[in-house]
Amino acid sequence: MKQRHFEARHRQAWQDFGHLLDSLECNAAAPMACRSFTAQYRHLCQHLALAQERGYSSHLVDTLQHLAMRGHQQLYRHRSHLGASTLQFILAGFPRLVRAQWRFVALACLLFFGSLLMTGWLVYLFPDLVYSLIDPQQVVEMESMYDPDQSRLGQLAARQSSEDWMMFGYYIMNNIGIAFQTFASGLLLGVGSLFYLFFNGLMIGAVAGHLTEIGYGPNFWSFVVGHGAFELSAIALAGAAGLKLGWAVIAPGRLSRGEALRSAAIVSVQLIYGVLLLLFIAAFIEAYWSSKTAIQAPLKYGVGTGLWLLVGLYLGFAGRTPHAP
Amino acid sequence: MSVKPLDSRYRIETPEGIDLILRPAGLMSRALAFALDLGIRGLLLGGLLLVLSQFGHVGIGLAALLLFVLNWWYMVLFEVFNQGRSPGKHMMKLRVVQDDGTPVGWSSSLIRNLLRFVDMLPLGYCLGAISCLQHPTFKRLGDLAAGTLVIYRELPAPRPVLPDVPALHPPFAMTLTEQRAVLGFAERQGDLSHERARELASIMAQPLKVDPEHAVAQLNGIARGLLGPP
Repeated sequence: MKQRHFEARHRQAWQDFGHLLDSLECNAAAPMACRSFTAQYRHLCQHLALAQERGYSSHLVDTLQHLAMRGHQQLYRHRSHLGASTLQFILAGFPRLVRAQWRFVALACLLFFGSLLMTGWLVYLFPDLVYSLIDPQQVVEMESMYDPDQSRLGQLAARQSSEDWMMFGYYIMNNIGIAFQTFASGLLLGVGSLFYLFFNGLMIGAVAGHLTEIGYGPNFWSFVVGHGAFELSAIALAGAAGLKLGWAVIAPGRLSRGEALRSAAIVSVQLIYGVLLLLFIAAFIEAYWSSKTAIQAPLKYGVGTGLWLLVGLYLGFAGRTPHAP
Repeated sequence: MSVKPLDSRYRIETPEGIDLILRPAGLMSRALAFALDLGIRGLLLGGLLLVLSQFGHVGIGLAALLLFVLNWWYMVLFEVFNQGRSPGKHMMKLRVVQDDGTPVGWSSSLIRNLLRFVDMLPLGYCLGAISCLQHPTFKRLGDLAAGTLVIYRELPAPRPVLPDVPALHPPFAMTLTEQRAVLGFAERQGDLSHERARELASIMAQPLKVDPEHAVAQLNGIARGLLGPP
């Protein structure tokens, strides 16, 4: 068949398919019109194969190829697992994933909490050590933030609700940024994640040790105990996700390195979704609960302990039964 | 020994048994697209900061949230909701797709944009550029991990006008590639200068057994004959 005949015979069908694609691409297709989509797409693919096989001109082949590409984009999609089943992910999927990746989680926790406790203890024993870890200027700022006299004078107490909102925004930006960095740098054979886990542990530990040592402990601990449960475990989990990426590059097993990296990334990004959730909760608690000086310290310690238990129980036990609770 | 011609096109075989052909975008156009996006983000941030600074603490909180969204989510949101195109990519006629030619999803987009942080190391996208330059389909590290590809968007081409000459039979049996080459020559003639067209056609003068002066007309006639009567 000559190309002109072929075009004349099928031009109408191609135009119809093009219009259908136009409406699908702006999400405005009528359900009835979509019924014949797969049949039309198959026809188009057949026409493309024929056109190539018969040596028709580049213009015709390119036009059909363009239509086929658009049809392919509409027909085949990667379904997002998260959008469809957010609740399932929160109730069972995320804790299960954390348990399945327990090796990376354990390593990340060991490094992060280990360096945190170690530095805290060392700085508590040798107070001068803090100045070799943190800039003296920042130490002074830290001290003024948790100074018991100042807060009694009312600087913290008089914080308005608009200020809570400001701090919420700041915590979101800062903490999630840190978590993302800790995750992403894991691609560098895991070294980046190891570094950030260790470094963040070091900084937090030094501040905690120093403030406890100079007697601002009650103020500091009652402030951080609540949101710490979510924030610190989220940073550790982000590190674990990064370590998984790095490990896939170091030891890909029977896959090629690229393939191993891709499959590890799919798992890691699920962990990151969970980390995001934890950090949102943490920022909320930090801005609206931890900062309230009107609440008595014992109550804060009580709630804080409860939250640590909650996170531990959630990650350790949620979703162990096959049916959702 | 025949050397394979340099070809950066990327073929995907679909379940329908056809090959989709994608054209991956190189470092330069991607860098320009990123620069455009950076500029747009800068302008957006500057403008909104000016407005938000009027609203005290709430404004600062909103500004921090805004900075977070623009920094980490700008690309992700555009890629997921705008068919793989951020404004910069749209202007450079690029788009992001999965390795198998399907639209990019939440997870892949998030992975490739979070790992941008590593591509930027140690400064100015060094790692990303190295990875992009050595990879056959120009992937940076984020693309490698996410299994995504930045390609040129194909835009429908206007219908070419063939020169009006009487149809001819080819003097010998032509293979499919030869047929396509002759048709391509006739279709592209509008874009070629007269001299270049003659130069190209004169290569075919000997096999066609015509005078080089008449090779162009001869080829156009054969193309007409291959296409069939209008």
